[in-house]
Amino acid sequence: MDKTRLLAMALSLGLFLAVVACESLFPDNIEPEKLLGEPILELTPEQQQSHAKGDTEFGRVFGVVDGLGPIFVSTSCESCHIGDGKGHPSTSLTRFNRQDGLDFDPMISVGASQLQHRAITGYTPETLPTDIKGSTRLTPPAVGGLGYLAAVSDADILAMADPHDLNGDGISGVPNYFPAPDFFEPEKFHLPDAAGRYIGRFGKKAGAIDLLQQVANAYLLDMGITSEFLRTDLYNEQLGNHTGDNIPDPEVPGSVVRNVVLYMRTLKVPPRRNARQPEVLAGEQLFIQLGCAKCHVPTLKTGLSDIAALSIQTFHPYTDLLLHDMGPALDDNYTEGSARTSEWRTAPLWGLGLAAEAQGRQVFYLHDGRARTLPEAIQYHGGEAANSRIKFTALPTPNQKELLSFLQSL
Amino acid sequence: MKEILLAGYKWLLLGLLLMGGFPGLAQIDSAWSRIATDTSQNKVVQDAIYNRPFIQLGKTTTAVGGYLEGNTNYFVTDGISEGYSMELRRFNIFLYSTIARRIKFLSELEFEHGTKEIGLETAQLDFEINPAFNLRMGILVVPIGAFNQNHDSPKWEFIERPLVTTNLIPSTLSEVGFGIHGKVYAPQKVFTYDVYLVNGLQDGLILNAEGRTSLPAGKDPSMFGQDNNGRPMLSAKLAFRHRKLGEVGISYYGGAYNAYKIDGMPVTSKKNLALYALDFNTTLGRAVVNGEFAHARLQLPPALGPAFGNRQTGGYLEVVYTVLQKTLLDYPKTALNANLRIEMVDYNVGRLSETGTRRHDDIRAIVPGLSIRPSANTVIRANYRYHWTRDLLGNPPARTGGFQVGFASYF
Ligand code: HEC
Ligand code: HEC
Repeated sequence: MDKTRLLAMALSLGLFLAVVACESLFPDNIEPEKLLGEPILELTPEQQQSHAKGDTEFGRVFGVVDGLGPIFVSTSCESCHIGDGKGHPSTSLTRFNRQDGLDFDPMISVGASQLQHRAITGYTPETLPTDIKGSTRLTPPAVGGLGYLAAVSDADILAMADPHDLNGDGISGVPNYFPAPDFFEPEKFHLPDAAGRYIGRFGKKAGAIDLLQQVANAYLLDMGITSEFLRTDLYNEQLGNHTGDNIPDPEVPGSVVRNVVLYMRTLKVPPRRNARQPEVLAGEQLFIQLGCAKCHVPTLKTGLSDIAALSIQTFHPYTDLLLHDMGPALDDNYTEGSARTSEWRTAPLWGLGLAAEAQGRQVFYLHDGRARTLPEAIQYHGGEAANSRIKFTALPTPNQKELLSFLQSL
Repeated sequence: MKEILLAGYKWLLLGLLLMGGFPGLAQIDSAWSRIATDTSQNKVVQDAIYNRPFIQLGKTTTAVGGYLEGNTNYFVTDGISEGYSMELRRFNIFLYSTIARRIKFLSELEFEHGTKEIGLETAQLDFEINPAFNLRMGILVVPIGAFNQNHDSPKWEFIERPLVTTNLIPSTLSEVGFGIHGKVYAPQKVFTYDVYLVNGLQDGLILNAEGRTSLPAGKDPSMFGQDNNGRPMLSAKLAFRHRKLGEVGISYYGGAYNAYKIDGMPVTSKKNLALYALDFNTTLGRAVVNGEFAHARLQLPPALGPAFGNRQTGGYLEVVYTVLQKTLLDYPKTALNANLRIEMVDYNVGRLSETGTRRHDDIRAIVPGLSIRPSANTVIRANYRYHWTRDLLGNPPARTGGFQVGFASYF
C-alpha cells in the first residue's frame, strides 16, 4: 500500500473515531435521574405487558383512515405529552366558558367547551365562539406518577381542604365536585357529596374524577377518536350532527383505553436530583417557611389499590389536589365544575427540574406556560398564595437561590 | 432465539425458491447466455434501469435478471437494544425484452422482506424515435434525484438507502404515467432529459400514521388505477454528464396532491406539492463521491398543527474510496472499499408560531463502512451507523448506534 492510501485510510478512520469517540459506539442509557416515561419497578409481569401495550397506544398516531377528527386538536397522546414530560405552548388546549362564575356550562350539545381548532380535509376548524365570557389555554402536564395521585383517598383530600379557612392562614383549598360519567367505576375510597357528585383530581381545574375519565375524554376531545366509553363523535356545528368521519364507532375498543389507563397509572414518579445538597436542603426549609407547602403538600399517601405497587405508599407530589384562588393575574374567566374562575388545582411540583428536557430546552410554567422562569411563576401567585409570594420577594437573594435550587431538584 | 430461527427459515425458503423457480440457474443451461454488464461502471443515471446484468432466455428476445439483498442488524438506542435480527430486504426480478427494433419492455417485481410486501415496481414500454426523443409509458420509476432511478442495492456500498431518498423522496417511487426522455451527445459530454406526467401522491402526505408531513405516506397502490384528483403530477429532470468531471442533475416533481373534489364538487381548495432535487456523482482518483439534496414545499390545509411542516429538506454525501484492488480467491479484480456517508433530513423546517422557536423533528446520521466487491455485480458490506433523532421541540436527541453486515448481488 502506498503512502497516500494509508493516509486516506488513517484520515477516514480518524474522522470516524473523532465523531464517535465523544459518545460511545453504543449510546448509553439516559441518566436514571433524568428519565421519565419508565414503569414503576414493582409491577407484575402481567402489569408490565399491559403497561407496554398502553405505551404503544399512547404513541399511536391517528390518521384520517383511523377516524381522526373530523375536528380535533392533535393526532396522538404523545404528540402533546412529548416524552411523558411537561408540554409546550404549541401543543396546548384552548377551552372556553360561556357562563360567569359558578354555573359552568360544558356546552356538550354544541360540541363541548374545548376548541377543535384543527380539521381533516373538507372541514373547517373551529374558531372561538363569540358568546363566551372567557377562555384559557392549557399546556399539557407531565404524566409521571399519576397512579399514585389516583390512589389517594377522597378522605385524605378532604382532610387537607379548609373551605372556610378555619385555621386563618389565608389558604382555604376546596375540592372540585362533578357529576360522574355513566362509565365511572367508583373505588371504595371515592366519596360522593350529597348531590352524588365526586371529587375531581386530574386536569388543571381538577376536572376529571379518575384516569379513565381523563383518558376517554382525551381520545374524544383531543383527537376526535370515539371509544367504548364515549361512543359518539363530538357535535359538529358545520354538519348539524355528530358524525363526520366514515369510520365505524367506537374507533378504539375499551381494552385499548384500559391499557392506556394502566400505562398512566404505572409510570414512575419523576426522579429527584441533588436532593441531599446543602443548598437544596436549605431551600426545602424555606419552601415550608414561606407557606408554599400548605398548597404544594410535599407528602401524600395512597390507600389500598388493586395494583400492589401502588398500595399504601407515601410519595412526594407537592400538591394537595385542591383548588385555590390564585388572584386576578391568573384568572382567565374560565372555569370547570364548581371551581371559580380564579381557582386552579395546586400544580404538582414533582418533575419541575426536568421541564427543560421535555419543553425543548426552554421552560414554560403555570397552566398556560406564561411564566418563563421560576421567579416569574412565583410572582404570578396571588389570592390565597399572595402571602407566600410577598415572603419570597422579601427574601435575600442567596435565600431565593436556595429555594430555586430546591425547586430545580424536584 | 425465536427470531434467529425464523430468520434462518426465511433464508432457507428463499434458497428453495431460487433453486425451484430458476432451474436454469441451478443447472446451468447452455442455451441461456449472460449479457455481461459491469454495473459498477459509471454511466448516466438515466440509463441505470437498463444498466443491469441480464440473462437472455435462449434464442428469445427476452432476458431476465434480478437481485437479492440481505443483512443483519444490531442497534442500541439510548442503552436499550432489541438484540440481533436478520432481514432479507429485497428479492427483485426484472424481465427485459426488445419487442421490436425500437421498442423495449422492462418490468421489475419486488418482494420485500420475503413475501410480506410484493410490488410491481416497473412495467414500462420505451419507444425510441431517436436517441434524443423516446416515448415511455407504463409504471415507471420517477426521475426525482438520482437514487430513485438508480436504486438497485448491489450498486451501493451501504446497507441502508440514504435517508433523504427514503424519508423525504419516497424511493422507490414508481408511478403510472407517460412522457418523453432522451439524450443529446457532444464530445466528452451527454445531456439527458426526462419529462413525465404521473398520477402522483395523495392525501396521506398529511394526517397519516406518521404524525408528520410524509411523502412516503402519500404513496398509495390505488394510484396505479386512478388519480385521486384528476390532475396528474409533473416529473422532470435535466442532467449533464462530463466523462471526466462526473454527472449533475436537477429535478422537479410536483402538482396537486389532495382530492379536492368529491364527485366533481369542490370540497376544499387545491393543495400543491413541489419537490426539488439536486444530485451529483464524480470520481476523484480512487474515490467516488455521490450526493443528493432535496427540498419539499407543500401547501397545507389551514391549522393542521405544528407537527405537520410545509417544508422539508435533507441530503447526503458519501465517499467510496477503493483502498485496494487485487486478485482474491478466483476473482481477478476484487475491490476493497472504505466508505463514509453523512446525511440528514429535517422533516419540519420553520418556526413554532406560539414561541417563535425552531421546529426540529429531524434526523442526522454518520455511517462509516467497508465493502468488498469480488465482482462488479456482488457486494459484501459492513457498516457502523450512528444517528441522532430529535423531536419537534428539539429536546435532547435519542441516540442510536449499531452495526450492520450484509450482501447484495445481481443474479
Ligand atoms: C392536544 C394535546 C393533547 C393530547 C392529544 C392529549 N393530551 Fe392529555 N392533556 C393535555 C392537556 C393540555 C392537559 C391538561 C388538561 C386539563 O388541565 O384539563 C392534559 C391532561 C392529561 C392528563 C391529566 C394529567 C394531570 O396531571 O392531571 C392525562 C392523564 C392525560 N392528559 C392523558 C392523555 C392521554 C392518555 C391522551 C391520549 C389518549 C392525551 N392525554 C392526549 C393535552 C393533550
Ligand atoms: C395557595 C396555594 C399555593 C401556594 C401557597 C403556593 N402555590 Fe405555587 N401554585 C399554586 C397553584 C394553584 C398553581 C397553578 C397555577 C397555574 O397553573 O396557573 C401553582 C403553580 C406553581 C408553580 C408552577 C408549576 C408548573 O408546573 O408550572 C410553581 C413553580 C410554584 N407554584 C411554586 C410555588 C412556590 C415556590 C411557592 C411558595 C413561595 C408557592 N408555589 C406557593 C398554588 C400555590
